Amino acid sequence: MTVLEQAGESGEAPLLEVRHVKKYFPIRKGVLQREVAHVHAVDDVTFAVRQGETLGLVGESGCGKSTLGRTIVRLLEPTDGDIVFQGTAISHFGTRKLRPLRSEMQMVFQDPYASLNPRKRVGTIVSDPMRIHNLGSRQDQKRRVVEILETVGLSPEHYNRFPHEFSGGQRQRIGIARALALRPKLIVADEPVSALDVSIQSQMLNLLGDLQNEFQLTYIFIAHDLGVVRHVSDRIAVMYLGKIVELSPAEELYSRPIMPYTEALLSAVPIPDPDLAEKRERIVLEGDVPSPINPPSGCRFHPRCRYATDICKQVEPPLVDYGNGHLAACHHPLNVDEATLAKVGVAEEHSPADADDTVLPQDTSGPSDPAVSPTPGDTRSR
Amino acid sequence: MAEPLLDVKDLKVRFATEDGIVQAVSGISFNLEPGKVLGIVGESGSGKSVTAMTIMGLTRGVNARFDGEVLYKGTDLLNVSDSGMQEYRGNEIGMIFQDPMTSLNPVYRIGAQIAEAIQAHEEVDKRGARARSVELLRQVGIPNPETRVDDYPHQFSGGMRQRAMIAMALSCNPSILIADEPTTALDVTIQAQIVELIGRLKDDFKSAVIFITHDLGVIAEIADEIIVMYAGRVVEQGTTRDVFYDPQMPYTWGLLGSIPRLDRPRVDRLHTIEGSPPSLINLPQGCKFRPRCPHAFEKCTEEPQLENRVETPGHLDRCWLDVEFKRNHRDETISPGSEEAA
Repeated sequence: MTVLEQAGESGEAPLLEVRHVKKYFPIRKGVLQREVAHVHAVDDVTFAVRQGETLGLVGESGCGKSTLGRTIVRLLEPTDGDIVFQGTAISHFGTRKLRPLRSEMQMVFQDPYASLNPRKRVGTIVSDPMRIHNLGSRQDQKRRVVEILETVGLSPEHYNRFPHEFSGGQRQRIGIARALALRPKLIVADEPVSALDVSIQSQMLNLLGDLQNEFQLTYIFIAHDLGVVRHVSDRIAVMYLGKIVELSPAEELYSRPIMPYTEALLSAVPIPDPDLAEKRERIVLEGDVPSPINPPSGCRFHPRCRYATDICKQVEPPLVDYGNGHLAACHHPLNVDEATLAKVGVAEEHSPADADDTVLPQDTSGPSDPAVSPTPGDTRSR
Repeated sequence: MAEPLLDVKDLKVRFATEDGIVQAVSGISFNLEPGKVLGIVGESGSGKSVTAMTIMGLTRGVNARFDGEVLYKGTDLLNVSDSGMQEYRGNEIGMIFQDPMTSLNPVYRIGAQIAEAIQAHEEVDKRGARARSVELLRQVGIPNPETRVDDYPHQFSGGMRQRAMIAMALSCNPSILIADEPTTALDVTIQAQIVELIGRLKDDFKSAVIFITHDLGVIAEIADEIIVMYAGRVVEQGTTRDVFYDPQMPYTWGLLGSIPRLDRPRVDRLHTIEGSPPSLINLPQGCKFRPRCPHAFEKCTEEPQLENRVETPGHLDRCWLDVEFKRNHRDETISPGSEEAA
């Protein structure tokens, strides 16, 4: 029995489970359009999301975080693996079977300029989901739209305006209003704030937080900004070339990164404090993310890793649980004491294949433990 | 004090549009010494890019009106003819644009685009220009420059394209490098590489740099002096330390408080600057930040001058508030919730 199933029986069923999901895009060439290779956009990803929590997904561009987000809400069909939403495997549902699910899971897109139909009025944009799902009468729908517009900080007089009449921040609010229209349980937000100015960005982050409290929303929050992700997330998954390489309670990821890639990502974040910035030792990752068409052997991070040894080139490290729901895939884990290492080492030899079934955090007490929250200094002193 | 390379005096830029006159830049002054990095921060529409493009003479047109002076080594660039500007662009002042995807020509090879800039300004043959291109690509850290010089832009990743842009901007050894949001479109890891590269090249080439960004984190790492712009105006100006450790303008506090910071404990709510920036056609009376400022009072209906109000000379701001009051109250904005955390 896997840990996922245990959790299901213990009463706290996760809202969403992603099991060994793969998404490959074929590359076709020649007159016959033969498949010559695949882009391994998402490659065997497993995790679970509890009701009401926020899971952050971070990684560089091209790591597959957006593809994963789109696969979860089934805008894309996974090549392999299972997506289980509220106990039902939805991985291969057709359009018709997916339709009722669309009211349960919604998406907020990155670019507020491209994701709103410029020829429709705000009222129509927000009420369309309700019309499609036949929710209430026309009057009910209109009343609800006005209500949602107010919830997201727009005013009722915006009902008849077109998207071009709004600023970037306001458009993103319309995008959020549209996602909320059907009272979904899960919202996948794909870089919802990265196109916005800092002052508008903070308005939007606070709004997303308020909405989560008000409607008990569950978020999958995709972003490349580690500061933003830390601010919103309960748990964070770090992706590299289609794989989750570290999954951890939010604060712990910052105070105690295990995977060298996470360490490098954290050290690359600029700190708005000139003195700290000067003192800080920075790990500059050489080169770019390798091609996902032909990913490196063994650990996919090894060509850029400063700790890499021979084993990293040959053997792909499994995702191992280092306790407290902190998982990482690395042969040379950082910030792990001897005792944990010994314990984990045994488990690893015992059944490496099962290791990633333990992705659901076992502690049900709460996602972030205040005891492990870092002092600001030691997050980066290493 | 060394002779400033660039001395901008009370530069004003206005554009006549169908809707009215857009006051894009209303009075910005600064000077730039060799080897220094000036950071310009502000939100979209604050006039930071227009300032940079005006220095390069890229905003000229029938609808544009300029006032003030842009003195480059004593010559007022605003009065140089369009053809005369060719001598300065690229040769004396190089520019890196925000989006490396759109600022490279997709149908020409990288090497040809760099060589074109070199040949435009110097008497070199094709072979010499190509050799220089290879050398420049090597300096900006492109692996195998001998072969990559013949690649097309689409064969480069985002970070490499930005490096190629930098190589192009540096091709004629300019005295000033203007970088307009050079890292905004890039991942943090690549951003770190580019910031380090610009810092290193500044020393190698002895250039002065104007670094425009909205990211205060990047500015903290690279700038010697900072200008904070709002609604076409400079609202605060000073050394990096002044602006980060003794910020005088509530707008600067707001910017500092809005970013979720990795060097501080997590807060429940971020500080927000309510509302959005004003329209540049129809600016508010008095202090332009007044409608969004939580500390606004009667006097703010009159616009404050940019002047020195603190002990440190050269640290200028545009705010009527009492310095003592500001020092006591700004932490509520800059680090919200830090009292409980401490």
